[in-house]
Amino acid sequence: MANIFAFAESRGTDVRKVGLEAVTAARMLADKSGGGEVHALLLGPPGISGKASQLAQHGADVVIVVEHDGLANYSPEVATATAAERIKSGGYRAAIFSTSAQGRDLAPRVAARLGVSVVTDVLSFEIEGDTVVVRHPMNIGKVIATLAISATPAVLAMRPNVISPAQNAKAGRVENAQPALDPATARVRVIETRKGSGGKLDLAEAPVVIAGGRGLKAAENFKLVEDLASAFGNAAVGATRAVTDDGWRPHSDQIGQTGRLVSPELYIAVGISGAVQHLAGMRTSKTIVAVNKDKDAPIFKVADYGIVGDVFEVIPALTEAVREAKKHH
Amino acid sequence: MEIPAVKIAVCVKRVPDMDVRFRIAADTLSLDEAGLKFDINDFDAWAVEAALQLREKNAGSEVTVISLGPDVVQETIRKALSMGADRGIQLKADKIPFDGLAIAKALAEELKGGSYDLIFFGKMSPDSSNGVVGPMTAEMLGLPCVTAISTLEIANGKGTAKRELEGAQEIVEFPLPAVLTVDEGLNTARYPSLKGIMAAKKKPLEVKAAQLPQPQVTVRKLELPPERKAGRIIGEGAAAVAELVTLLQTEAKVL
Repeated sequence: MANIFAFAESRGTDVRKVGLEAVTAARMLADKSGGGEVHALLLGPPGISGKASQLAQHGADVVIVVEHDGLANYSPEVATATAAERIKSGGYRAAIFSTSAQGRDLAPRVAARLGVSVVTDVLSFEIEGDTVVVRHPMNIGKVIATLAISATPAVLAMRPNVISPAQNAKAGRVENAQPALDPATARVRVIETRKGSGGKLDLAEAPVVIAGGRGLKAAENFKLVEDLASAFGNAAVGATRAVTDDGWRPHSDQIGQTGRLVSPELYIAVGISGAVQHLAGMRTSKTIVAVNKDKDAPIFKVADYGIVGDVFEVIPALTEAVREAKKHH
Repeated sequence: MEIPAVKIAVCVKRVPDMDVRFRIAADTLSLDEAGLKFDINDFDAWAVEAALQLREKNAGSEVTVISLGPDVVQETIRKALSMGADRGIQLKADKIPFDGLAIAKALAEELKGGSYDLIFFGKMSPDSSNGVVGPMTAEMLGLPCVTAISTLEIANGKGTAKRELEGAQEIVEFPLPAVLTVDEGLNTARYPSLKGIMAAKKKPLEVKAAQLPQPQVTVRKLELPPERKAGRIIGEGAAAVAELVTLLQTEAKVL
């Protein structure tokens, strides 16, 4: 029986889906250890405390709420100090973070401050006596490593979307706490968090991802991809490196080895040939659809369903058909 | 923009080219390296480029490249020197461990006496895909750190950088000295010129023993992921759309 710490990632006054995934993962790990407690840390500006109950619903026995005016934006130094102090005093067996932009920044800092190692992009975990054993993709997902972590606490950052947030209501006793470092004294300061272009679903979290490649021929033709995404209603739009390098889409939309890793329920590749660099970012998608005019394009080797054809003809037809299908749902 | 002379370190890693089918060695703990081509990690090449661009804004600056690993990493250091870095340090180790904490400790041990104004890392390497060494090293050195930057401006002892988040961007300010890890989009790495390659052969490359502690994370097994079932082409043109929608509804159950 062991208590597990979870960092419930937030943005503004919202808990992010990856935050709920971290709490769910911590619950699973606590239960695997024979039923310890899950203590979730929630940091944010005034208003964040209202989200504590959400963490309780996902299995947090204790929610440590750190609400502060200086936390409207992520503060790496405040988050590091506060998480590390709590983990140190709490005597946890493991600490769970997310492999998000924030989690990738935070988890290694916290681990280093605790003098322990960290594994990110964790696919699954087990407790085996004094060891926590995890699976972690290496070499752009072409190799899967089983790693043994001997450190206590074992610090893990979960890959987004591998554990679905699960309801498992616990008491969620709220402990209000102060940040371990005054945000005003932090050296590194996020002075602004700029929203991406209007309310789109994020690539890492969207159940459906529609990605466009050079086959779309011009930046303005991404409208085809956006229309298909809006027909689904739960889709995010991504792009290949060729497209982001040409400036048709921002770098943040790039799916691939050097860009974003996604593994949605459904991935639709539009005019994408399927370079290794791109496949690295999406090969773990559950269902892959490809539309490309070249029947020999490598994308068809990984596509569950391929259509050989002109994207300018197929995609509008697919958009219409998806709209129809959604109507009858 | 003019900046005063800065001392810059860039930590780089030698990684295999990913465009291959990897094989697991007989020990199941390592890759079969036969036939693999190695080069500097892309993110680290962008880190080297960022350092060189800063140096070019002030002739008094110096760029040191550090790599941990066996003697073959000297090739990687020479690559950075041929791009234009001034000197190299190899932290000699039999192999590059997986454990980011161990690597960070060895690097911090070397970096701590160097009075560097800026220490660059790539945000991650594709082989271990862990992405923790930069921020862990920063923490051990007690330095401000900004990870995964895609823009950078340095002026008057202060820096401003942009970080890409999921569906958003952060604008971050930090004081120098600092540790920065580099994302794609910051720059395009230059190719070494023939002159650069010749010059690199004469640049100093110091070899020291890496002070690696016992690892806390060890590889128990490597395996290849299950192959995706072979793709299937269901038809041609818009005529295939109806079939696709049916399959998405009934077989894949995603619509």
